Amino acid sequence: MALLELCGITKSFGAVTAAQSLDLSIQPGEIHAILGENGAGKSTLMKIIYGVLQADAGTMSWDGQPLHIENPAQARAYGIGMVFQHFSLFETLTVAENVALSSGVSVARATTHIERSGARFGLEIPAAAKVHALSQGERQRVEIIRALMGDPKLIIMDEPTSVLAPTAIPGFFGIVRDLAAAGCAVLFISHKLSEIRTLCHTATVMRRGQIVATVDPTETSQADLARLMIGRDIPHPKRAVATVSDTPILKVTDVTVADDNPFGTTLKDVSLTVHGGEIVGIAGISGNGQQLLAHVLSGEIPLSPGQGDIVFDGRPVGRHGVAERRAAGLAYVPEDRQAQGSVPELSLTENALLTGHMAGLIQHGLIRRAAATAFSERCIDDMDVRCAGTGAEARSLSGGNLQKFIVGRELALTPRLLIAAQPTWGVDIGAAQAIHQKLVDLRQDGLGVLVISDELDDLLEISDRIHVMFRGQLSASIPRAEAREDVIGALMAGSFAEAVAAS
Amino acid sequence: MIRIEPRTRAPGLWAAVPPVLAVLATILASTVILNILGVPPLDALHYLYVAPFSSRFNFAEVLLKMAPLLIIAQALAIGFRARIWNIGAEGQLILGAIGGSLLPVAFNDSVNPLMLPAMAAIGMVFGMGWAAIAAWLRTRFNANEILVTLMLNSIALQLLYYLVSGPLRDPYGYNFPQSALFPDVAMLPTLISGTRANSALIVALAATLLAWGLTQRSFVGFRLRVGGLAPGAARYAGFSEHRAIWMALLIGGGAAGLAGVFEVAGPLGQLQRVVTPGYGFAAIIVAFLGGLNPVGILAASFFMAVIYVGGDVAQTAAGVPHTVNLVLQGVLLVTYVAARVFTDYQVTWSQRAKA
Amino acid sequence: MTETLTFLLSGTLLAGTPLLIAALGELVTEKSGILNLSVEGMMAVGAIFAFMVVTGGGSYWVALAAGGMAALVVAALFAVVVIFTLANQVAAGLAVGILGLGLAGLIGDPFEAQTVPPMPKLPIPGLAGLPVLGRGLFDHVPVVYLAPVLALATWLMLTRTRLGLLLRSAGENPDAANSIGINVRFVRFCATLYGGFCAGVAGGFISVVSATLWADGIIAGRGWIVVALVVFGTWRAGRIAIGAYLFGLATLSGLLVQTTGVAIPSQLLTSIPYIVTIVAIALLSMNPKLTWLNAPVSLGQPYLPTK
Repeated sequence: MALLELCGITKSFGAVTAAQSLDLSIQPGEIHAILGENGAGKSTLMKIIYGVLQADAGTMSWDGQPLHIENPAQARAYGIGMVFQHFSLFETLTVAENVALSSGVSVARATTHIERSGARFGLEIPAAAKVHALSQGERQRVEIIRALMGDPKLIIMDEPTSVLAPTAIPGFFGIVRDLAAAGCAVLFISHKLSEIRTLCHTATVMRRGQIVATVDPTETSQADLARLMIGRDIPHPKRAVATVSDTPILKVTDVTVADDNPFGTTLKDVSLTVHGGEIVGIAGISGNGQQLLAHVLSGEIPLSPGQGDIVFDGRPVGRHGVAERRAAGLAYVPEDRQAQGSVPELSLTENALLTGHMAGLIQHGLIRRAAATAFSERCIDDMDVRCAGTGAEARSLSGGNLQKFIVGRELALTPRLLIAAQPTWGVDIGAAQAIHQKLVDLRQDGLGVLVISDELDDLLEISDRIHVMFRGQLSASIPRAEAREDVIGALMAGSFAEAVAAS
Repeated sequence: MIRIEPRTRAPGLWAAVPPVLAVLATILASTVILNILGVPPLDALHYLYVAPFSSRFNFAEVLLKMAPLLIIAQALAIGFRARIWNIGAEGQLILGAIGGSLLPVAFNDSVNPLMLPAMAAIGMVFGMGWAAIAAWLRTRFNANEILVTLMLNSIALQLLYYLVSGPLRDPYGYNFPQSALFPDVAMLPTLISGTRANSALIVALAATLLAWGLTQRSFVGFRLRVGGLAPGAARYAGFSEHRAIWMALLIGGGAAGLAGVFEVAGPLGQLQRVVTPGYGFAAIIVAFLGGLNPVGILAASFFMAVIYVGGDVAQTAAGVPHTVNLVLQGVLLVTYVAARVFTDYQVTWSQRAKA
Repeated sequence: MTETLTFLLSGTLLAGTPLLIAALGELVTEKSGILNLSVEGMMAVGAIFAFMVVTGGGSYWVALAAGGMAALVVAALFAVVVIFTLANQVAAGLAVGILGLGLAGLIGDPFEAQTVPPMPKLPIPGLAGLPVLGRGLFDHVPVVYLAPVLALATWLMLTRTRLGLLLRSAGENPDAANSIGINVRFVRFCATLYGGFCAGVAGGFISVVSATLWADGIIAGRGWIVVALVVFGTWRAGRIAIGAYLFGLATLSGLLVQTTGVAIPSQLLTSIPYIVTIVAIALLSMNPKLTWLNAPVSLGQPYLPTK
């Protein structure tokens, strides 16, 4: 008998149907993949199973009995655990306090449980440590331990490998297999095809809120899975030969900066160069100082004397703020498009003004409204942004279209260098492809491009050279030809940093 | 059941709901409270909302009280939009009144027509200087401007008490804690003859126009608005937070200082222990009630002035305590901020049966 | 000299007690993520209700409880507005504060300038007879002794109990708290009511214990000093206690200076607590780390659960 059975589950948000009559069956001890691209409805589905959201229609059953879940506490009572992608941990509390809080036991009992799970599943973690002192991978262990607290029969894992270095993934898969062998079913949510083919017994493929297929992933080729997932072949950006400039556009030397946030990572002796006509990638597990690096490069955190040098186009700009660096020809697509790259409540024209104001849109302190509208129209046309016109509010756009608009705005300023942080995070494959193609085109036009991303596959596809960040340090760059996944993976686990520390 | 969700589209007509609800709730609350105090509902409505319009004198009083509220609220709204909370307009107004009194006290028999503009300039500088303390502490030490401006209110009041009972006291005033009466050149021209309404209202309307231009057309206004809506986006775009803090507090301080000058150079004619019936706080309410929008604030300042005058009428006619005014101001703002849910969020009735 | 010292100790405790009680309440409220700026108004409401109970012949304990309950009702209004209609907490705090001050003034109008007899003291046997310290520290009304106990209890509750974990989780990361099944809005609602109760007791203490009279505006900005104290104490009960008594001492400095015979304007002396507050806030805000480690991350931000 199936452990969990879903029948006709439907959920809409306004006019958007995020889940449309989904049927799903999970057996005890099964590792079951839910596969789909961003926006396919994976997270809606798992939130319904975990009781965070309620379905508009459809039924669920658990061990053959009807299942009604109104909130996560009920889900846990049934034996459903959850490991979130964006951890729901409390940074100022200890590991034991975090576990105690969600499971309702005393801190002392939580500590015993943490030690026991550590020994049984290889999830060692110090129970008395404050969460803010832990790495992303360690935090994930806390999440898993917390999920195990209620002796679950089903654990939902949302993109669990996104916080792990490639070298740590086999070990993690071992833990998942042990759990399954112990009789616990695992719902494994991912968009990484190779991982699913290695680990999972069954794969359910979702597209646009619907289930399009349920297959045995070991019997299905990667290309077939991809085609099921996006409805066509995965497109690749067309790359031609580009001329690399002799002198670098950006030269960063020995930058050492501490984060204002005491929980943050400190940058240590970071050096890199970007020439015109090349794409330099910065890989690494998120939380290793990439955000701080982006802020230091963009000018949001200007350098003080003794913190290193940044030379842009032959001129030192380390002490300059955002405005001066932008005026010199540096454009930047930030990681958080909702809270940084745009203002959701403002119109696209007003959002274009955010950085586009320097393109002659201001006169005597007043906004030239016609010029601003024309400027935002250009951003929309250049990147083929789907929207209701320049007056549409930024929040009315989908993630992919908003990101395309932001990229278009930055490029309309005709920069010499573009820095893009997580440019395709959370966008659909169509938009991701358009953005990648644009970056590659810029390189052909002789611009310097620096891409900071967690998605190693994307970086491998578009970069000419790749650096890796680990705990605030930056590795030497690896040329495209040598940048295989295993090489970069070792660097992501910090192999180079140890070498530096030992020397 | 009621569902509240983040807005995905502009509020449109819903934007009118909070101020309308707030005004209705205030009218209702005032009749109920006055009824408890022994005033029949119809009389209460008459005192508060009809009497202010019933005579030339009363209506002139409304215009008189509207001017400082309007000037201060327009300036505060600019800061509030940027989420810079200057709660110290009351103290900045007092400093403006002090600064504005220096010249007429020192040159008490002057006939120089430049006296009034000079007083206005000094008063504004005093108000700005008082607000600058908060701006400096916030930008230099990250000290919370709400608490600092509030404490500065209390200190300003003590400073005023000290000055009117010492250095600025009228030597021929029988030891009353007040300055000498100002000379004619230090007084604002009257707007409606035979009443106290004065030309401060013209300045207030000009300030409204200025505020409209700043918020709707200027790049400075745009930067401040972005800073309030999305601080992360403002940093990303390179809009300096320190500059925004200085600008917001100096504009607020200058406006409050000017309003302070207009009090001593208008209805008071001298510096006294009491130079404001809480205009600095009432202006905060006016700014919110007007939706931080220059045109909305114009209407809100008028309504607030009506309550002020209506409260005075009720006090004289029925012996109602003056604190009723404070209660009504409280009801007005509480209802407004609660009803903002209709414009800031999408509120829907959902008929979905419970699963 | 010994007289002065005794007076200082005793006066510091008397002035610091209401500040401490209200600040500990505000601490709990803020730890849950709610910034309640209406303390001044809640204290005023507490003060008038406590005063009315004593005037009507009720006991002092009943009076303080009545003050607490009255302020709790005001806090409930604030809580509904900021938690369920998601209002801006700064504006709502000012609004409810003004409303509270107005109501207190209106209700208290017939009682203006009336007095009540002082609350009976409870000298601590043995200790009260000590020279200087005895009359300074151990000859007070019981509430004065209870305030430091409340500080200790608040500290234990926040750091050692499940209730403390619940409060802190709601204040640090409401989304995460919601996802593990904590009813964030309920936790915040209760914490706000508790803060209101404490403010009311503190206000009652001022009207019926320390001032023994009712006058409109009797709170005189203490509610704002309470809010400042929580910032000053970087959200830690122990530091808040130290801060409360330091401010108590600062309010006495005027009287102290007068005894030395130096001619200083009384208005300057009255201003000292406000000036001290500004300086203290500036100095303590300088170190962002101190704030970051203890301040509730989501303080002042409306929270809408994903449903």
